[in-house]
Amino acid sequence: MHSSWWLNALIVWPFVAAGLIAVLRVSSVKFLAVAFAAIEAAIAVLVWCGYRGNLAVSGTGGADYVSHTWWARSLGLAHSVGVDGISLLMVVLTAIVALLALAGTTAAHHERSYSAWLLILVGASMGAFVTRDLMEFFLFFELTLIPSYFLISRWGGKDATRAALKFFIYTLFGSGFLLVGAIYLAVRHYDQTGILSFDYAALHGTVITTAASVWVMVGFLIAFGVKSPLWPLHTWSPLAYAEAPTAGSMMLSAILAKLGTYGLLRFGVLMLPGAVPHVAPYVLTLAVVGILYGSALAAVSKDLKRLVAYSSLAQVGFIMLGLFSQSATAISGSVLLMFNHGVITAAFFLLIGGLEKRRGTSLISDLRGLQGPAPVLAGIFTVVMLASIGVPGLSGFISEYLVLAGTFATHPWWSVVATTGVIFAALYLLWAYQRVFHGLAEGENAQITDATTAEKIALAPLIALIVVLGIYPQVALSRASHSVNSQAPATWVTDSTGQVK
Amino acid sequence: MSHVATLIALFPLAGFVAILVLGSSLTKNSAGWIGTSAVGASFIASVATFVWLLHQSNREVTIHLFDWINVGLIHVNVAFLIDPLSITMCLFVTGISTLIHLYSIGYMHGERDFRKFFLYLNAFVFSMLILVTADNLVLTFVGWEGVGACSYWLVSYYFTKDAAASAGKKAFIYNRVGDVGLLIAMFFFASHLHTLTYLSIFTTISSGAMSPVVITLTVLALLLAASGKSAQIPLFNWLPDAMEGPTPVSALIHAATMVTAGVYLLCRMSWVVQYSHAGKLTIAIIGGLTAFVAATVATSQRDIKKVLAFSTVSQIGYMVLAVGSGAYIAAIFLMVAHAFFKALLFLGSGSVIHSLNGEQDLHKMGGLRKFLPWTFPTFTIGWLAISGIPPFAGFWAKGDILVNVYQSNKILYALALFTAVLTAYYMSRLFVLTFRGTERFREITEGHDPHESPWVMTLPLVVLAVLAFLGGALDLPFVHHNSLAGWLSPILAMAGAPAEASSTAQWALSIVDIVAALIGLVAAFTLWRNTEPWPTYESSFLERVWRWDDAYDTVLGRPAQRLALVGADVVEPLLIDGAVAAVAGAARDSGAGLRKAQSGFVRHYAVVMMAGVAVALVFVIARVW
Repeated sequence: MHSSWWLNALIVWPFVAAGLIAVLRVSSVKFLAVAFAAIEAAIAVLVWCGYRGNLAVSGTGGADYVSHTWWARSLGLAHSVGVDGISLLMVVLTAIVALLALAGTTAAHHERSYSAWLLILVGASMGAFVTRDLMEFFLFFELTLIPSYFLISRWGGKDATRAALKFFIYTLFGSGFLLVGAIYLAVRHYDQTGILSFDYAALHGTVITTAASVWVMVGFLIAFGVKSPLWPLHTWSPLAYAEAPTAGSMMLSAILAKLGTYGLLRFGVLMLPGAVPHVAPYVLTLAVVGILYGSALAAVSKDLKRLVAYSSLAQVGFIMLGLFSQSATAISGSVLLMFNHGVITAAFFLLIGGLEKRRGTSLISDLRGLQGPAPVLAGIFTVVMLASIGVPGLSGFISEYLVLAGTFATHPWWSVVATTGVIFAALYLLWAYQRVFHGLAEGENAQITDATTAEKIALAPLIALIVVLGIYPQVALSRASHSVNSQAPATWVTDSTGQVK
Repeated sequence: MSHVATLIALFPLAGFVAILVLGSSLTKNSAGWIGTSAVGASFIASVATFVWLLHQSNREVTIHLFDWINVGLIHVNVAFLIDPLSITMCLFVTGISTLIHLYSIGYMHGERDFRKFFLYLNAFVFSMLILVTADNLVLTFVGWEGVGACSYWLVSYYFTKDAAASAGKKAFIYNRVGDVGLLIAMFFFASHLHTLTYLSIFTTISSGAMSPVVITLTVLALLLAASGKSAQIPLFNWLPDAMEGPTPVSALIHAATMVTAGVYLLCRMSWVVQYSHAGKLTIAIIGGLTAFVAATVATSQRDIKKVLAFSTVSQIGYMVLAVGSGAYIAAIFLMVAHAFFKALLFLGSGSVIHSLNGEQDLHKMGGLRKFLPWTFPTFTIGWLAISGIPPFAGFWAKGDILVNVYQSNKILYALALFTAVLTAYYMSRLFVLTFRGTERFREITEGHDPHESPWVMTLPLVVLAVLAFLGGALDLPFVHHNSLAGWLSPILAMAGAPAEASSTAQWALSIVDIVAALIGLVAAFTLWRNTEPWPTYESSFLERVWRWDDAYDTVLGRPAQRLALVGADVVEPLLIDGAVAAVAGAARDSGAGLRKAQSGFVRHYAVVMMAGVAVALVFVIARVW
């Protein structure tokens, strides 16, 4: 059996599992769904363990498990999979967050279809992360919309229908640009070689004028900028994150947002490096504005979920900063930040979901003094908060640090302004923590229960990842930077004197 | 043998893990004793390492544990640099920490979160040791932020009190502003020198890879970092608020150890600092001004801990002034001496507060001399030491700094000397109001006599009093080369040090110091002899810290908040969403046929999406065939 079947299994299994959940009449749907997600996670871990990023094979950029099968050759459609150090991190992140989203939350109603939609969402996301074909990526990218839409609208809060629709229209609008760009590239490639293909390796070598590559890049920026989100394309996200059910918010912010930044890295920055210097000043500015604007709006958010949404806008600003810095160090930092932010934000939404379940609200003004009745919950929240602020020793720091240090070497002014963002992250999170957890708890706030065993089990892997990647980041970083260095232009890796940049 | 040095940091970590894992299965006392002995063991390891290092010819030893970050521009290890500076720091940090842990067993006894207190305290000592032993800036930053996080937890320890919660947050955020400086300094080193390890920075800094302007910018960034952590202008006003934490925390973190980390950083980077004259002058001015401003504020505080807090800010100002004058060893000398006498004064004040059921207002103390037989004499030694009376430690340490400042800048010398008068004044005022005069505390104690504290609290006072008495012996002027100076000078940049003053000048300046101290002392004893009616020397301008907080609030805080609200209420819903709606509206109006597509049903969009894909495919097919 070819090794790429592991990746096919990662894509197919969630769909099969969703089907099984739909047909099997078992008493505990949740148990079954969690078991299925655990199998998916186990496959992901095996893929991680078996990964041998082989740089010797040219053109793969350290990709492993590679296979390419024509599906409709005359149309250029193919099933092409493979993971490199970048997608490897995303695969593991997706599997872990999916498992914990299923294990740590419970649907308010219609548990069966809820679990099935979640699993379909996982399968679609996996497909997008392991494919090496732009058209296949586009199809999976679009496919995520349908389960997300139903998860938000059917299991969300009061304003869920509007939130789901806004999310849907925004993303659909953006992905049009992706499709146009993809087709343009494929056609140019066909004109030059006579082979119609959307394959990453094929398109990577396609020669197009700088002006054309800038236009394609702008299109990709719109498509992926909506999803990530990049300021000012973000206004769907606070509403969607706040209205979605907890598992939906976790998937949206931890996984689907990363589809945006991941897509931009793979099919934008790495595939069209010539366009990067031309758009960089603008994108870096938008990224920095996103950091400051997101922080400011997080500070004045009245609701914890919206606060995390705006905080994500700021964090994605850091990711974007690194991606367009033209520094391999910063790009590796961005890849690690995608992973770390996924873990941190998933933990935030699990915690806030727990508070909402206890108190029926996530409004900051309704909560007070919770550290008194729930010290363990408060302690876990503190660790996640400090990781998000970027306190070293926890995961958030190293990725943010690499982004800023790498960007400083190429674009110092943007880096300096972005660095002030670390103050604001402390400001909005500590202020929120003070209002929610400090003070004297009265009334319903004094009655809440501390973390349950189920909650501790669901949060433990996330806390472990936060601590381990803070102390020993190399385990993820070496894989990511290997692939980034081999795929990025040489000038991004070293400067003219041969020194590492 | 060098691996004993690894144990210095590992013992407190082990204590932290033990208390965390064992949790509520520990009795209160055993948690306290685990925490105390972990730090005590760390002190023993420090002494062993010190003795070992004394016998080495190469006194800069790197202990490599593992590669931490290794990507592109950034290569840093988890590794320790064991040299005279780091061991000096380890010795006094672990020594004082042990005493304060012991003291806390008594002081914190009635607290609900007793175990958590020792958990945080051990985490703090661990972070502090990482800070001072790290062999590179990034690992130092780990400790730097770690102590900040522990400070946050411990200041807001009484989290149900709003003032404590706000103070913890304020401390963290002010420190965070300083952290931006440290981050930017690191970015400069990484992008220009391609290294973040101290020893390689020191060897490559002279290569010219960093232009003078860049070096000055880096030094200023380091100064920003130091002013956050060490509570200097413009970031000093978090420290007085941090007094909301329990008194042992104030003694350990906000007097003896953490707040001196900024001075440590500047001394550690002496090989870089020496290359920037503008940077050094700025450092000296910031230090001198902070020493002066904080001393004036200390003269008018009613809260005993606030007086000590501003005194700490002022004393660290002296240390920073010394660094700016190129007198790094004098800065370290005062840092160690200050750790002794200020920890003593804080713990003594804690004993006073303990005896008065938590009262901190100087107006409600007085006449405590005869009720506190251990606290009173030890506090007296601390008071004389900080006031600069010979032969106590403060006289020698502060004198060392004043001589060096005299040699380098006469204006700053005058400011520092006047600050010395103020120092003797505010400390004597505190002493008089607490221990002498009428007994104004009877209302609080409900008529009872105050009680002296238990032995776990008085023993540390006695040890610290001995150290505050003898601490000057670390670096007496007449044995200058066989002491702290001889120990530290090989690893610090001595090129920029001020010329050594002549022996006559040293004698003359010492006498001036003593006169200054006596003026302040006599003034306080005269002015505060009578407290009926209460004298009106306390100006509200000084009591409100030169209106510093109010100014920040007016200039930064409120406008920023208003701006954020404009963002949330205007920019987000009206400008950005409005623009999106306008684009969508324009698209809708542009073709009546598309109107149906805006019907709001997802399946219509899905159909459109599929149609789009189909059209695209047709386009491709048309091109290809």
